[in-house]
Amino acid sequence: MSLLEIENLSLDIDGMPILRDIDLTVDVGEIVGLVGESGSGKSMTALSVMRLLPDAAQLGGRIAFDGIDILAAPESAMCALRGDDMGMVFQEPMTALNPVKTIGEQVAEGIRLHRKVGSAEAEAQTKAILDRVGLPTQKFPLSRFPHQLSGGQRQRVAIAIACALKPKLLIADEPTTALDVVLQAQILDLLRELVAENRMGLLLISHDLAVVTAMADRITILRHGAVADAGQTERVLSQQTHPYTRQLVTAATHVPARTLHRPVEQTTPLLEVTDVSRLYPGPRQGWFGRGNPTRAVDGVSLTLHPGQSTALVGRSGCGKSTLARMILALDAPTSGSIRFDGMELAGKSQAELRPVRRQMQVVFQDPYGSFDPRQTAGKLVAEPLYLLDKPLSRAETRDKVVEALHQVGLSPQDIEKYPHEFSGGQRQRLSIARAIITRPKLIVADEPVSALDVSIRAQILDLFADLNRRLGIAYLFITHDLTVARAVSDDVLVMQDGRVVERGRTLGVLASPQSDAAKALVSAAPDLHRALERRLREQG
Amino acid sequence: MTAYLFKRVLFGLATLVLASMVVFAMLQVVPGDPARLMLGMNATEDQVQVLREQMGLNQPLVLQYLDWAGGLLRLDFGRSYTYSVEVSELVGERLAVSLPLALISLGLSTLVAIPLGLYAASRRGKTADAVSMGAAQIGMAMPNFWFALLLIYVFAVWLRLVPAGGFPGWSAGVWPALKALILPAVALALPQAAILARVTRSAMVEVLGQDYIRTARAKGMTARSVLWRHALRNVLIPVLTILGMQFAFLLAGTIIVENVFYLPGLGRLVFQAISQRDLVVVQSVVMLLVAAVILVNLLVDLSYALVDPRLRGNR
Repeated sequence: MSLLEIENLSLDIDGMPILRDIDLTVDVGEIVGLVGESGSGKSMTALSVMRLLPDAAQLGGRIAFDGIDILAAPESAMCALRGDDMGMVFQEPMTALNPVKTIGEQVAEGIRLHRKVGSAEAEAQTKAILDRVGLPTQKFPLSRFPHQLSGGQRQRVAIAIACALKPKLLIADEPTTALDVVLQAQILDLLRELVAENRMGLLLISHDLAVVTAMADRITILRHGAVADAGQTERVLSQQTHPYTRQLVTAATHVPARTLHRPVEQTTPLLEVTDVSRLYPGPRQGWFGRGNPTRAVDGVSLTLHPGQSTALVGRSGCGKSTLARMILALDAPTSGSIRFDGMELAGKSQAELRPVRRQMQVVFQDPYGSFDPRQTAGKLVAEPLYLLDKPLSRAETRDKVVEALHQVGLSPQDIEKYPHEFSGGQRQRLSIARAIITRPKLIVADEPVSALDVSIRAQILDLFADLNRRLGIAYLFITHDLTVARAVSDDVLVMQDGRVVERGRTLGVLASPQSDAAKALVSAAPDLHRALERRLREQG
Repeated sequence: MTAYLFKRVLFGLATLVLASMVVFAMLQVVPGDPARLMLGMNATEDQVQVLREQMGLNQPLVLQYLDWAGGLLRLDFGRSYTYSVEVSELVGERLAVSLPLALISLGLSTLVAIPLGLYAASRRGKTADAVSMGAAQIGMAMPNFWFALLLIYVFAVWLRLVPAGGFPGWSAGVWPALKALILPAVALALPQAAILARVTRSAMVEVLGQDYIRTARAKGMTARSVLWRHALRNVLIPVLTILGMQFAFLLAGTIIVENVFYLPGLGRLVFQAISQRDLVVVQSVVMLLVAAVILVNLLVDLSYALVDPRLRGNR
């Protein structure tokens, strides 16, 4: 008998079928990966096991955990199980902790609830588990509040909450998706160690095949609420008997076909960043004093030629987004100069910046958050046209919008639709259409594909490569994901603590990184082929 | 925390000074000579001049302002032209009605609204939610003078439990005074409670949808204890904001209900003072209200910091 047995699980919410005939088992000490694209039902499966679904949920089939019939168990029995024998870690470390309670309170709460121990004993256990997850009390006192911790540290607190009582089963729902690759590797190592120490079963939910391959003994692939493929990880992914599995693997390792940009020395550079720094005032000390300023960007120089695609990579907080904001003239450098198309950006009024803004557009990470939900796609895409010197007539505007939609593979009928009527990938196409409508020479893209599913991500990367080739747009890609850098950039700059620590041709830097920062990024980056090879080797 | 507190207090004081200048300036531009108003239409120009001299109205504006502001600091608000008594005395009498009235109705509305809002949020989408929010809607829509008349009819005329209006004064004993205030307090509390219940409900619904609520449930806490231990404190911020605004309103915005119950409160005092151009009284009451609003906002700001560690400054 397995620790967790899911048989023929079906789930309807308000009459909408969400899950159909899910079969899944997790054994003691085993890591099982649950993979699928957004909306495939991964999280709903996990929440069914925890019985934390919305009230309108109708469950069918059977879930047995440690011999207990989960679907028939009364709520009080579920409360006794949750946080004790089964723990869960969620995706968003930034919002998963209560902002008004200390981390000590939040970890101790579960211990006190299930073990009925006094506060001294609960505090001792809290210290022990926080120490275990890498937050020793000397450096991270129990009185810290979540906002005083970084994303990675908060995720460690969430893991401490879930693992405080050594659960038999841990469900981790995209535990590292919101973290940079180096933090991701650390958190995954921690989970692996906890599994080995406590013979815990781990159900690891992820959209990232490479992560799951590196971690899971067995894998279940979901699609449209049903199991598409399942089995030993290395068998499923190397044989690829199921067409959907093959499609996912192809998409995950997709590199768009593009010709590398040949640097032409004669052309004047499109963008010249010279010795730019950005300082933020230090934290207040007492009533009047201030600590040392933070150097968010520290003496960075770079040049970008027309049509060139450069990736700016680095871990969260390395200063890459601050640099991008200054290039976009949304923030002013403390010192140094930024010249775009021969014009110095510093000290220019908004009116003087208009021609620059026209030539320089931006694509953001989150296609959901970057559109006003009450405006039609046509209006949204036409927005940057106000930057033109003379206003366009309605017909001209429409023509421009249709043309931009066509360039990104959307149809003219989409003009009347609202953002929520588009899928995630289509929405990102829409934000690219908005960026290219003024025919800019440069697009700054801040993590443009990290919120997208693998297959959609491959399509969007293709689109970027295609627009670069057809329209000659230069790119500055800001990312912590080296596969994105590899897919669409000619050159790469690696940033750490506000400085550029390494630069060169992308393929060269990725093949033999020199700086510690680049080495850390390369070795932590999940790679499907490498992970699969290692698994096959281990199996013999 | 100290820096936050210091900054808030400083900010409050600055607002108070600025407001006093605005109030002073406003009354300078209002047409009508206070001296002439006091003496009546038949006074001779000479008499008016003598009084102007006595009242300091011929001094430069800056001196007049400093004189007035200095008086405020010593709680010397001047004399009312129409009542011929010290304004501080007049306002003090009225505050003895308005302040307890505001506090009682605020207390009533909080006691009813917060549990109702929390209950509706925890039963979101169910019948209980619809019924309680429907009731809140009616409470908001009902004109409070009409509700006040209804209360008088039922509790004073029909059941004869309380007087229909007037105020015996605190010297008549605590109980008779309270009895006179209870109906107006209920009439004032109803719309306030309705608004507060809706705010509480929607804040709670939002908080219950947050990720950390799910984390707490995954720890094994029951839905009820998650609501009390995790959600409630996060709901307090919007609720405190509304409470602060309501208190300021209740102190002086209650003129209709005061009239219905024939209560000698601040609202009626201001109303009469305005219609009789008793500018000294108007100035003083406005300044008093400004001070009260600033004080309440200061308290609300401080309670934010108590509730939410992110506001305590050591970011």
